[in-house]
Amino acid sequence: MSETKKTDEAKTDAASGEREVLLKVEGLQKHFPIRKGVLQRQVGAVKAVDGIDFEVRKGETLGVVGESGCGKSTMGRVITRLQDPTGGSIHFEGKDITRLNTAGMRPLRRDIQMIFQDPYGSLNPRHTIGGIVSAPFRLQGVEPEGGVKKEVQRLLELVGLSPEHYNRYPHEFSGGQRQRIGIARALALKPKLVVADEPVSALDVSIQAQVVNLMDDLQEELGLTYVIIAHDLSVVRHVSDRIAVMYLGKIVELADRSSLYEAPMHPYTKALMSAVPVPDPKRRGAKSERILLRGDVPSPISPPSGCRFHTRCWKATEICKTTEPPLLELRPGQRVACHHPENFADQAPQDTVLLTAAKEAAELVSDKVLAKSPETEASSEDAANDK
Amino acid sequence: MTELSKTGAAVGEPTSSPSNAPDAFLAVRDLKVHFPTDDGLVKSVDGLTFQVEKGKTLCIVGESGSGKSVTSLAIMGLHRLGARGKNVQMSGEIWLGGKELVSAAPDEVRRLRGREMAMIFQDPLSAMHPYYTIGNQIVEAYRVHHDVNKKTARKRAIEMLDRVGIPEPDKRVDNYPHEFSGGMRQRAMIAMALVNNPELLIADEPTTALDVTVQAQILDLIRDLQKEFGSAVVLITHDLGVVAEIADDVLVMYGGRCVERGSVDDVFERPQHPYTWGLLGSMPRIDRETSERLIPVKGQPPSLINVPSGCAFHPRCPYADVPKGDVTRTVRPELQQVGGGHFSACHLSPEDRTRIWTEEIAPKL
Repeated sequence: MSETKKTDEAKTDAASGEREVLLKVEGLQKHFPIRKGVLQRQVGAVKAVDGIDFEVRKGETLGVVGESGCGKSTMGRVITRLQDPTGGSIHFEGKDITRLNTAGMRPLRRDIQMIFQDPYGSLNPRHTIGGIVSAPFRLQGVEPEGGVKKEVQRLLELVGLSPEHYNRYPHEFSGGQRQRIGIARALALKPKLVVADEPVSALDVSIQAQVVNLMDDLQEELGLTYVIIAHDLSVVRHVSDRIAVMYLGKIVELADRSSLYEAPMHPYTKALMSAVPVPDPKRRGAKSERILLRGDVPSPISPPSGCRFHTRCWKATEICKTTEPPLLELRPGQRVACHHPENFADQAPQDTVLLTAAKEAAELVSDKVLAKSPETEASSEDAANDK
Repeated sequence: MTELSKTGAAVGEPTSSPSNAPDAFLAVRDLKVHFPTDDGLVKSVDGLTFQVEKGKTLCIVGESGSGKSVTSLAIMGLHRLGARGKNVQMSGEIWLGGKELVSAAPDEVRRLRGREMAMIFQDPLSAMHPYYTIGNQIVEAYRVHHDVNKKTARKRAIEMLDRVGIPEPDKRVDNYPHEFSGGMRQRAMIAMALVNNPELLIADEPTTALDVTVQAQILDLIRDLQKEFGSAVVLITHDLGVVAEIADDVLVMYGGRCVERGSVDDVFERPQHPYTWGLLGSMPRIDRETSERLIPVKGQPPSLINVPSGCAFHPRCPYADVPKGDVTRTVRPELQQVGGGHFSACHLSPEDRTRIWTEEIAPKL
């Protein structure tokens, strides 16, 4: 998103906080039951999304990042009601859509569209491009001005394809072109909200940039609101206004782009960002800033008690194990769920004894990271001492 | 291209005499791998030359279909596998520790594979056999090359699993691949590749399927193990971040050919080819807040059947019209030395290149 655009918007809206909320999600849960035995009794559940709150404002881009298995894709499918939530509520333009049935959702499908990750799997190989992109009109019974064919050709042009591609089949196109077709289909009915699940991760870098720029332009032109789900933090930084970081079905940090990347407050955010390789060999010496996380993400079937990150966190203390930290707005526009946030006053200063796991984790964290900044003094001192 | 008549097991040729052997540990000279298909000849690799010393890491970068994976398979002698491999046409030289592999008999290459050279694949779940335990697969890899009993081999497998950082290796050795997470599977595959202390390790997109946090762990592991074993590493990737992280030398491939080759500093600080500029410009970067638009490379990667005439990059190159005449469309640029150990295949004059890089490209990155 270009800076110029943002200043334009800043003029129209006094502050981004006053922008109209398009989508509001509260306490959203999605559990997948695990059934066993002849009676198929439920023996547990994969808690893919386990209580998340956020809102998406009109015209903005919300980025959602996290490792695989953190529930970000499930979240995307639940907010578009492709899957039914287990708990919580979803409001779209002030209307509760949590429990709407298929018929009730149908008129809303116009407003909420999705772009999928796999440009090979999301286009029916036996339909022509024209058939694929005109399907939304057919299903919604919309007769666009000048006829469906003309409108589809306009859309193809809009996403940088040629109108002559109307009668071709998906296999004749490359990955990047197919992703453009998916975008054209998503935009056919002039949606208000577009949820894009890993829209560029299957594409080559040079093509990736083309699609990112295209999504940018379309947002500007059509005033779209995006929720972009991605695992690539560089892409998310480039496209998002605000970013939610997910870990094991929870949002651990939600902040605007510059706060999040310049002063991340959740240790997980910090570790995640430090792990991204930077295309600059001169920075190789700066590797001391890297935080290596131990092991893998725990299973979402039985997530750790308290703070879910405590098993891998180098700052974890007793309270992290017992009490789940709430997602609090510690700084304006920056919400964090952590007892011992980075770059901010400790939320549980009385609790100073590190867990054994945290001491082990701290071995993988360089001194430079542990070295205190004035705000983090209390917690990092402990880490240093215990080390 | 007359020497392309060779198919499958090649007969010895004069170039394979030891006197011709290069100094470098792995040296590839004018390698060509072509696959005949119904649609035409797919020139996956079309004249590639590079070398890697022991203890050094070469990264091969390029988009999908640029020939990077075929190069690695050719070195391993695995290019003949698969439906299309039967008629593969291969020429050129691959020297590994003084032995020439293109002309060597398949049996000879097989003896080297696993012991002298080993490979890590992108997707460990499909590269491992789902029916055998991790331990069994490592034991097999070890016993093919070492005459030891199962017990010793199993001990060795546990030792390797421990070395690559699998917790409780004596228990996990009896797990099946599906019981491991993606990161652990990749670790197990590295253990399998290194069980025979190979001197050349080829890693084909080893971290692409992994999360960033796990990617950082795996890259660290590869670097540590390289230091410990002193192997030469060829790492294939499309992620310039990974390249900057781990490479000593970089080779940029486009349309089956090398367009730029040099040390990692050369290629990132003074890139000399418009395609390299394009790659750098199209990457969003985490370390800075750019409000600028990305600068994508326009168009699509070329088909390897009808590689564009002249410079294969010219249809996508914004500077194709800078050199006078239609030289970019008619003459294929050869690799030229542009600095110590830095080569580029481009028709732009050195002055133009320097000017475009410093004035137009570098400020926007």
